[in-house]
Amino acid sequence: MAAEIGFGALFITLIFAVYGIGAAIYGENIKDRAWIKSAQQAMMLIFPVLTISVGSLLFLLATDHFEVVYVADVSSRSMPLYLKLTALWGGQSGSLLFWSWLLAGFGFAVTLKKWDRDRDLLPWVIVVNLVTLVFFLILNIFYENPFIRYWQDASGILTSFGQPSGALPIFPQNGAGLNPYLRHPGMIIHPPMQYLGFVGFIIPFSYAIGTLITRRTDDRWIQISRGWTLWAWLFLSLGLILGARWAYDVLGWGGYWGWDPVENSALMPWLSGTAYLHAVLIHEKRGMFKDWSMVLIVITYLLVIFGTFITRSGLLSSVHSFAQSKIGWVFLGFIILTILLTVALLNSRWKTLKSPHIVQNLFSREALIIISVVLFLGLLVTVFWGVLFPMISELATGQKVTVGPPFYERVAAPIFGGLLILMVICPLAVWSYVSFKHLGKLLWKPFLVSLVGIVLPLAGGLTRLPAVIAFWLVAFVLAVNGFEFARRIKVRRKKEGESWWTSLTRVFRRNQRSYSAMIIHVGVVLMALGIIGIEFFQTETQGTLAEGQSINLASYTMTYEDLDIFLTEDAREVARAVVSVNKDGKMLDALYPRRDYYFESGQPVTIPGVRSTLVDDFYVILVDWKEVTAEGATFKIYHNPLVKWLWIGAWVFILGVITATWPPKKTAVRGLKAG
Amino acid sequence: MTDFQDLESTPRKQTPLKFIIGGIVIVGGILYLIISSLSANVQYFLTVDEVVTKSRAGELEGRNIRVSGAVVGDTIQYDIDTLELSFTIAHVPADNQLLDEEGGLAQALHNAVLDTSRSRLDVVYNGPVPDLLQDESQAILTGQILSSGVFKADEILLKCPTKYEGSVPEQMGLEGE
Repeated sequence: MAAEIGFGALFITLIFAVYGIGAAIYGENIKDRAWIKSAQQAMMLIFPVLTISVGSLLFLLATDHFEVVYVADVSSRSMPLYLKLTALWGGQSGSLLFWSWLLAGFGFAVTLKKWDRDRDLLPWVIVVNLVTLVFFLILNIFYENPFIRYWQDASGILTSFGQPSGALPIFPQNGAGLNPYLRHPGMIIHPPMQYLGFVGFIIPFSYAIGTLITRRTDDRWIQISRGWTLWAWLFLSLGLILGARWAYDVLGWGGYWGWDPVENSALMPWLSGTAYLHAVLIHEKRGMFKDWSMVLIVITYLLVIFGTFITRSGLLSSVHSFAQSKIGWVFLGFIILTILLTVALLNSRWKTLKSPHIVQNLFSREALIIISVVLFLGLLVTVFWGVLFPMISELATGQKVTVGPPFYERVAAPIFGGLLILMVICPLAVWSYVSFKHLGKLLWKPFLVSLVGIVLPLAGGLTRLPAVIAFWLVAFVLAVNGFEFARRIKVRRKKEGESWWTSLTRVFRRNQRSYSAMIIHVGVVLMALGIIGIEFFQTETQGTLAEGQSINLASYTMTYEDLDIFLTEDAREVARAVVSVNKDGKMLDALYPRRDYYFESGQPVTIPGVRSTLVDDFYVILVDWKEVTAEGATFKIYHNPLVKWLWIGAWVFILGVITATWPPKKTAVRGLKAG
Repeated sequence: MTDFQDLESTPRKQTPLKFIIGGIVIVGGILYLIISSLSANVQYFLTVDEVVTKSRAGELEGRNIRVSGAVVGDTIQYDIDTLELSFTIAHVPADNQLLDEEGGLAQALHNAVLDTSRSRLDVVYNGPVPDLLQDESQAILTGQILSSGVFKADEILLKCPTKYEGSVPEQMGLEGE
């Protein structure tokens, strides 16, 4: 019954959405508010109706209805309730439904806002949102229906939604269960974050399209959608970070990012979204580069769809498997149609996007920001080409090729370096004009401090030039930001005679955006520190140890103490080793690397034991063991210097994005007086 | 911060030459990086049949290649002291049409392991045994052909198509050295 309700609700949503599109366009054409109002109401109704559909699937998952194919694929009796519920996004059709539901939620929230000043944009925002939604609903209803059931007739087992003639329903006793690799907190939260990020970018895109169609030339669309953009960016960043963390914790190769096409497809919208956020700054402050911000948000939208497309269509394994994938052509058609429409629209409105001003000074803030935008786009093109090249090559020559991490690393490293240099200069540069003299005056002190970043690694015996340069850049960015912040507080304190703390908070609150940017950049630099650590200085060893035996890596000694094998209630057999980590004869920690064998799926999962400090991570994998523990167990060990800074930097970054989205206090009047 | 914001620039029609040159330098640099890195890092993706014929012809010497095949379970051997893993993979067609004729990837993998007339490739790898290494799983290996005709894998990716179609990210596997 729940399956019928769920599918019915899905279908009703489609009808509402199609009606909403029609009503909005018709109402706009005949300039009748009532029709647009009706479209708005349709859009608001969609969210609750789609919630019924999602609720039905959740109910089926929670109550072990294995006669539903999706439930049998991703759930099983032994899974705890929270895993059963999160299995909603554990498979293809469920994730698509979840995607649509989030989009409907965002649409609902957008229609709730006051539209007085921007009533002319409303119909187009509705149309863009609903067209996107209709596309995903069609996928869900006609190609990837999560409510399909198992049936049996004389010829065997069938799957379909309605009862085929002569077939009887069958009720499997258990399901395959969620892939054990995905039963990790990082992987449970990762997809919703990713989807929220994806879906969030549709809102600024819909405003941009509305602005283009209505020929408005102001930057109002950027202001209204700013919050949405930042939230989308926040979620997308969180998704990427959680994914990296999951890879580090679960995949057991001591790495965090593999440049595989699934990861790349999430990174691409992030790159263009980040470029957009930067370009928009110049658009707002100086009225320049309007065309850039428009093009960038369009690209971001396309990459969101493209990212969902390449991960969902089978295109990744082979161009030819794409040809057979059910949803591949639908996706491709939608993407091509969107490109054609947006290019035509941009082309016809190109003149309205021209600015009378041009950049005149190479060290002005707008020039530096534009360079950073170009570098982000460079990264984007790199990743895009790396993903696309194998497909093109296969189509053109029939020869399958792949492009591995070395390609990405070689191109990305210098670009990241360039971005770090920009982060040194940018906080000190001002809009429109800046002189070398001014810049030099502000730079020399942080420069001296940053030399620590060269001296310390050299003193520590570091000889690799790229690493020294990287450390120095990191120190330089941190020093510049620190000095600049201290300087601004000092200026204010002199003027107002406040205490340090009051000055600090007031300075921050008065220019929340610029300081949030500072926090974000500091976060990025700390992440860079972690990345340099693991990329340049990771070492590893392996060995088979008898109980009580030791092995050395870096300055650590690891001793194999014990091994336990036990069964758990959720149908796992766990083999867990106990090892102690010693340094200079002192025991620091006990670690428990283990391997879980999942009976239902017949799949083992290796979980490393990690001792993580600000200096380094000691990362142990249990590779193999003998039944009699005294005979020995085999370990693979990684020493990952500084990698914790990657995660610390990531959280600093997220903090910065949160303070950026935080609504500023209403101190504008006071601020004006004081300024 | 000193505020020059009010200092309006007089509108000029054309972008100064230095910006055009600067832009070309940056864009050109990035393009150069992409093109030069790509040609150095492209790997051919071959089937076992192709590897066997091409390596006989000496075409694969010193090249980094990728090969995909079905893991023959009986051949998996692991030396716990040296962490040397060895196994054999059997030829599976890459063409989807051929795969479909065999009844899908899972069936094709099954057939490949049973059919001893298909070409096979011995693989060695140094490192922990990957979680998904089992009879009839699909192995995607990156590495080189040694002069002995054995494939030395640097990286192993494994897929068990019967259970988790599409839901396991590609990087699931182990990177070796």
